[in-house]
Amino acid sequence: MSERAPPAIAPVVSMDAITKTFPGVRALDQVRLDLYPGQVTALVGENGAGKSTTVKILTGIYHPDGGTIRIDDAPVTFAGPNDASAAGITAIHQETVLFDELSVAENIFIGHAPRTRLGLIDRAAMHRDAAALLAEIGAPFGTHTPLRDLGIANKHLVAIARALSVDARVVIMDEPTAALSHKEIEELYELVETLKSQGKAILFISHKFDEIFRIADRFTVFRDGAFVADGMIADITEDALVSMMVGRSVNQIFPARSALVGEDVLQVVGYDHPTEFADIGFTLRRGEILGFYGLVGAGRSEFMQSLFGITKPSKGVCKINGRISVIRSPADAVAAGIVYVPEDRGKQGAIIGLPIFQNITLPSLGRTSRSGFLKLAEEFRLAREYAERLDLRAASLDQDVGNLSGGNQQKVVIAKWLATQPQVIILDEPTKGIDIGSKAAVHDFMAELAAQGLSVIMVSSEIPEVIGMSDRVIVMRDGRIAAELSGDALTPETLVRHAAGITAAPELQEA
Amino acid sequence: MTDTAAPHRHVPDRLQSRATRVFRSWEALLLAVAIAIFVVNSFASPYFLNAWNLSDATFNFTEKAMIAFAMALLIIAGEIDLSVASIIALASTAMGLAVQYGAGTPELVVIGLMVGLLCGAFNAVFVTVLGLPSIVVTIGTMSLFRGISFIILGDDAFRGYPASFSWFGQGYIWWVFTVEMALFALIAVIYGVLLHKTNFGRAVYAIGNNPTGALFSGIRVQRVKFILFLLTGLMSGVAAICLTSRLGSTRPSIATGMELEVVTMVVLGGVNILGGSGSIPGVVIAAFVMGLVTFGLGLLNVPGIVMSIFIGLLLIGVIALPRLWTMVANRRSA
Repeated sequence: MSERAPPAIAPVVSMDAITKTFPGVRALDQVRLDLYPGQVTALVGENGAGKSTTVKILTGIYHPDGGTIRIDDAPVTFAGPNDASAAGITAIHQETVLFDELSVAENIFIGHAPRTRLGLIDRAAMHRDAAALLAEIGAPFGTHTPLRDLGIANKHLVAIARALSVDARVVIMDEPTAALSHKEIEELYELVETLKSQGKAILFISHKFDEIFRIADRFTVFRDGAFVADGMIADITEDALVSMMVGRSVNQIFPARSALVGEDVLQVVGYDHPTEFADIGFTLRRGEILGFYGLVGAGRSEFMQSLFGITKPSKGVCKINGRISVIRSPADAVAAGIVYVPEDRGKQGAIIGLPIFQNITLPSLGRTSRSGFLKLAEEFRLAREYAERLDLRAASLDQDVGNLSGGNQQKVVIAKWLATQPQVIILDEPTKGIDIGSKAAVHDFMAELAAQGLSVIMVSSEIPEVIGMSDRVIVMRDGRIAAELSGDALTPETLVRHAAGITAAPELQEA
Repeated sequence: MTDTAAPHRHVPDRLQSRATRVFRSWEALLLAVAIAIFVVNSFASPYFLNAWNLSDATFNFTEKAMIAFAMALLIIAGEIDLSVASIIALASTAMGLAVQYGAGTPELVVIGLMVGLLCGAFNAVFVTVLGLPSIVVTIGTMSLFRGISFIILGDDAFRGYPASFSWFGQGYIWWVFTVEMALFALIAVIYGVLLHKTNFGRAVYAIGNNPTGALFSGIRVQRVKFILFLLTGLMSGVAAICLTSRLGSTRPSIATGMELEVVTMVVLGGVNILGGSGSIPGVVIAAFVMGLVTFGLGLLNVPGIVMSIFIGLLLIGVIALPRLWTMVANRRSA
């Protein structure tokens, strides 16, 4: 499979041996990617495989550290996005970059509008050309419509019309269906067919296997920033694609744990939200680490924040130690013994501008004060206790938490919650964006907490972490629980299958 | 993390001593400015160093400062209330109206405070329940509250306040010390303790630095903000009582433009207009600085418009200097 399939036609774009390094991370290591005219190439890989970096290099936003990009077999370098656009490469992003206050025609032609002889914008020509483009892709709205009046699907159409207006030869679609309804997705497929018939090369990025097998002609697989394989979709099965994506190497070392799982601590029944998730129910036991796996957008963080009182569920019951807890705010959640370490550390976790000790004691002020009056000595004592327990690296406890490294900020956020002596701690992507050493420290610490009888919920998109740390894993897809896995059933393949909705085995065919 | 054999890393509580922190603070700089203005004024006018003149001068800032203390907390929490002067107008009008129906001093005080609280609650509902930006809401209520006063009063003025009511704005506690000065000191202490010594004050700082982070830390952010708007309204009510008592009459134009002087005082006192930092001692010193400048220039017969130019320059100068200083320092090191 690693042999390059002999192409019947020459590729429009050919990336070869592309390498890109960020401080501390090798995002891409000698990858290659070919895009052919009139064909859809699916770029497949887990989170962090290097797909976004590749798109950014192709569109001139990043400069590769090494390797070559060829267009029609001639090497090119892009100094910036304008060069990529001039070379006929255009991208339609998940969140389309358009201007809400301008009309459809203005959005399509911004930057390259037809001009009159005086150098002014030829509005008549612009609207005429825009109307022709919209007719071509079957858009159901006029050129004068303000963009803000359009829904997401129609905004995508504008973005596609814009791509056609610059006479793009290569169209990159980065998870274009993530926010679309079923019917809109069907319309998008038709549009992709239209673009194919015009000879455009399409790079299609998606986590959804049904889509890939429906519209892609070719595939390229990346894993951990490296090229794994490419070939024709017709020659491959879903199973083979999954195993190429996840690989066999779960070679990180995770702490050995003897699961001393106790009685039920948290019971969640029928949590619903109008848009984000539906019918979430599970039980968490004392000393257990429960993993939550799913694709980005599966509703995991949204559900966790609902459990923590940030967003209100439309219905659902949460019981702690068998007693119903009504959680309407994070303050209620903390009082009930549920705490949440958010993924967005800088915005939701640490309070930058406040000293370390004040960050740690903020939710525990009730215990470090007397009748509402602060007792600084008590605060320093509590902050010191947890800072030392987490081996915090800081110059002093009254240092601004903003001066700490990411890993140490994360320690402050965890210390803040442990100081409240919670029953349940929810960790949302706890090791995202921190170096390998700190990762291992966080993993060790999680194991230690569970051994001390704390119940841990870990939301993670990293398969090795999910498998290495969890006693049990709940897989979410489209806001629902797709599966609960443990023991021998917990493998990289089963995780990916359930998360992506591959219905190969009969017992997986649920709603 | 599992190396139990190694002793725990020691992290000191603080690196700087208390004296160093005080000496390097904004408040210390501002105090130096206040002393300098005092000295310059003493030389510039022979009438300056007179206890009774100085006592009269405090009326320049005591009423504004009462509001400024509550406003300081509000601005530290990342919000603002520009309707405070209009709350004074409405509270004063309500008191004047009550006088027409024979209300006595205790009733007037209750009415003044209640109108202040209600106006504060009105602002608070729009900001905390509906989630609207406070600057827009309070620009709206600034027109609304004063507009109601204009409708009630037109070109008229309310007079005839009871004799005992004049104690708040014209009375003396002892020698040259006015009732307003005593209220100013009392309110300064209350807000100083509230901001610097209580859990509530800590929540105010947390919200000002990162409202999302404060929410995610279990702080009841909207409740705290609601209370801050109530307090600012209440202080406007207190200021309305003092000002009405001192003037002895109510016109709808009372206290016009005072909101900007209050905000100026707060910012001059070292409160970050974007929220997150500042102190009550800073606002106290800023109140004295503004009072001394106004009084000193008044003694020299400087017209009011020039005074406002001077206050404006002072504000911009004191805020820009530290920034300029760091820019110059950075350029040197670069």
